[in-house]
Amino acid sequence: MRPVAVVSYAQHASAREDNRNEVEILLPVLREALEPTGLTTQDIGFTVSGSSDYLAGQAFAFVSALDAVGPWPPIAESHVEMDGAFALYEAWVRLQHGDIDTALVYAFGKSSPGDIARVLSLQLDPYLVGPLWPDAVSLAALQARALLDADGIGEKDLARVVARDRRNAAGNPHAQVSEQTDEATLLAEPLYADPLRKHDCPPVSDGAAVVVLAAGDRARELAERPAWIRGIDHRIEGQYVGSRDLTVSASTRIAAQRAGVDGRADLAELHAPFSHQELILLEALGLDEDTTAVNPSGGALVSNPVMVAGLVRIGEAARRVSAGEGQRAVAHATSGPCLQQNLVCVLEAEQ
Amino acid sequence: MSGQRAAVLGTGQTKHEAKREDVSIGGLVHEAAERALADAELDWADIDAVVIGKAPDMFEGVMMPELYLAEALGAVGKPMTRVHTAGSVGGSTSVIATHLVQSGIHRRVLTVAFEKQSESNAMWALSIHLPFSQPLVAGAGGYFAPIVRGYIRKSQAPLDTGFKVALKDRLNALKNPYAHLHQPEITLEGIATSPLLWDPIRYAETCPSSDGAAAMVIGDEASAAASSRPVAWVHGTALRSEPTMGAGRDRVNPHAGRDCAAALYAEAGITDPLHEIDCAEIYVPFSWFEPMWLENLGFADEGTGWKMVQDGATALDGDLPVNMSGGVLSSNPIGASGMIRFLEAANQVRGTAGEHQVKDARRALGHAYGGGSQYFAMWVVGAEKP
Repeated sequence: MRPVAVVSYAQHASAREDNRNEVEILLPVLREALEPTGLTTQDIGFTVSGSSDYLAGQAFAFVSALDAVGPWPPIAESHVEMDGAFALYEAWVRLQHGDIDTALVYAFGKSSPGDIARVLSLQLDPYLVGPLWPDAVSLAALQARALLDADGIGEKDLARVVARDRRNAAGNPHAQVSEQTDEATLLAEPLYADPLRKHDCPPVSDGAAVVVLAAGDRARELAERPAWIRGIDHRIEGQYVGSRDLTVSASTRIAAQRAGVDGRADLAELHAPFSHQELILLEALGLDEDTTAVNPSGGALVSNPVMVAGLVRIGEAARRVSAGEGQRAVAHATSGPCLQQNLVCVLEAEQ
Repeated sequence: MSGQRAAVLGTGQTKHEAKREDVSIGGLVHEAAERALADAELDWADIDAVVIGKAPDMFEGVMMPELYLAEALGAVGKPMTRVHTAGSVGGSTSVIATHLVQSGIHRRVLTVAFEKQSESNAMWALSIHLPFSQPLVAGAGGYFAPIVRGYIRKSQAPLDTGFKVALKDRLNALKNPYAHLHQPEITLEGIATSPLLWDPIRYAETCPSSDGAAAMVIGDEASAAASSRPVAWVHGTALRSEPTMGAGRDRVNPHAGRDCAAALYAEAGITDPLHEIDCAEIYVPFSWFEPMWLENLGFADEGTGWKMVQDGATALDGDLPVNMSGGVLSSNPIGASGMIRFLEAANQVRGTAGEHQVKDARRALGHAYGGGSQYFAMWVVGAEKP
C-alpha cells in the first residue's frame, strides 16, 4: 500500500449550536485544518465528506455544506451518508491510485435540534423493528445487560470507564463533561436505562471535524511529524440485535486483524458512545489498559457529535502521534445500533 | 487510467415499476444483486466488499438504510460503504466501487443502488422549507424549468425538440423489458398536448416515479480474465462538484459538467468524443436535458445540441445513439437511475443489451448528474482492455 498520513486535523464540538447552521460551524474548522498545510481547496486532489440528512431534517444537507468548501472552480468530490471516519477510508482508497497526493475529509452534524436517541431508531428495519421505536439508549442498555450477565464484568467496571474518560477530558477543550471523580460516587447515581446510568451514555453534541491526508513525500513536506496510516479496515455485521452476540464485537475483531493491530499501542481512541462498549472494544482489539492509554481525549462519553465522533477519534489519535505523545496509536469508529459497523485504523510516527 | 485495471463482470436490475408492493426494500436490492451475481457467474462468497448508493434517506423514511440492508446484500463480515451525492449517486456509487478495485484493495466488489419511491413521497421530501433558505415547493421540475427556458432562449431551439426526445426515449423503452413505462401508443401529438406542468415542460416530457434497483459486480484484471462472460473494461471515471450558490454559475452549461467530461476523456484517451464514443446513456429526467447535456459533454458545440435531436442523430440507429434503454424518462428509481446509465453503457460494450443493443458498440459513456445541476459522475467503458 502507498504510505498515506494525517497531516492536519481540526475539530469543533459543543453542547448546542443555536445560532450557527452546519455551514457556519464547518467553515472555521476547514480553515483551521487547511491553514497549517498552506493548501487551498483547489490544491486538494480529492474531497470527501460524511453526514446524515436525518440530523439536519432536510434532504441533501451535504449539498449546502459543500458551499463551505468553496468548490469553485469545481472539484473532484464525493460524500458518504456515514460517519466521517468512513469518508476518510474512501479518501485513503483514492490516494492508493497514485495519481493524486492530497485529500480533504470532513464531517459535520447537529444532534441537538431533535431527540437523537429517537432519531437513531429510524436506522432500524423499517418493517419489523422500527415501528416499535426502540431508541438508541434502550438498545445499548440491552447490550450492557447482556455483557453484565455474561462474564466477570460488573457495574463497577462501567463506572471505572466513565471515571477515567471524565478525568482524561480535563485536557480536551471540546469536552462537555470533565471532572475528577471515582467509582463509588458514580455508582451512587440513579439508574437511567437499567443497567446504564446517565453518565454511561454520551452527551448530545453539535460539531464538525476536518482531516487533511497526504501521500508519501508530500506528507513530509506538509507536516513536521505526519501520523502515518499503517493499516485501516472496516467491517459490518447484521443489524438484528437478537441474532448476534452483543457481548463481543466480531466486526471490530476482523477489522483490527486486517488493519494490523497487534497489542502494541501507546494510545487508543475508541468510538464507544456507551461505557460498556469500551470494554467490548478493548477485548475485540486485544488492547491492554496497562500498556495503552485509552481515550486520552475522554472519548465519545465526553463529546459525541453524531457523524463526526468517529473521524474525531482518528484526528485525536493522529494529533497525539504528531505531537510526540506516542509512537503508535489505534483509532476506532462505529456506526449503527450496538456497535453494528466498525472501522479500525493504526497510526504511527516515522520510525 | 487511474490505478489498476477494473472491469464490469456482471449486471442486474429489477423491472422498474410505480409500486413494488410484493417486496421490502431488502427484497428489492437483493433481487438486483442476485441477478448481477448470476450474470457474472459468481456467488455471494466471491464478493469482497459492498458499495451501496441511494438518494435522500427521506425518500423511504429510513436513516442510513445500508445498516438494515447489510444482511440482504450478503455484507456481513465485509466492508460496506454507503454513498450519497444527490441525483448523481448511482453514478458516483459505481465510481467509488471501481476505486476499491483500481486501488488494488479488493478483487471483486458488489455495487448496488436503489430507490423505493412508493415507500414515501419524494416531492414532499424535496420540499421541506427550512428557516432562512429559499423555499422550493415544486419538486425537481420547478427547479429545472427555468434552466430549460434559459437554454431555449440562448440556443433558439425549436419548441418540439423536447417532444422528439421524449418520443425517442419512450419508443426505445419498448425494447427494454426492465423499463417502467411501456407506452406503445405514444405519439408526438400526444406528447405535445399533454398537460403543461412547469413551462415549457409537459407531463409526457418528465420522468416517472419508480421503485427499482440496479447492481453490478466490478472486478480486477485477474477476475475478468477468469470470467467466461463478456466484460466491460473501465477506460475512465470522473467526479466533479460545484457549489449551490454562486454568481458565476451557468446552470444551462455547468462548469462542473464540462470539467468532469474533460477529465474523463483525458483519462480514457479520447480527443473526439462524438467519433470515439459509440453510444451514450445520459441522465435526462426532463426531455430538454438531452440537447443540453450533449453540449455540456462536448458532443455538440454550445447552442447546437438540439440539431442532433432534430436530425435523429441520437436515435438508436443514429450517429450517437443516446438512452437506448429508454433512459430516466422511462424509468426513475432516483438513487438507482445513475447506476442504470452506467450499467446500460457496460451492457452495450459487452454486447448483452438485448433488443436495444447498438450494433458493434465498442465504447460507451455513462453519465449522471444531481443537486441543482452541480454534481457530476461519469465513466467510459469499452470492449477492449485499456
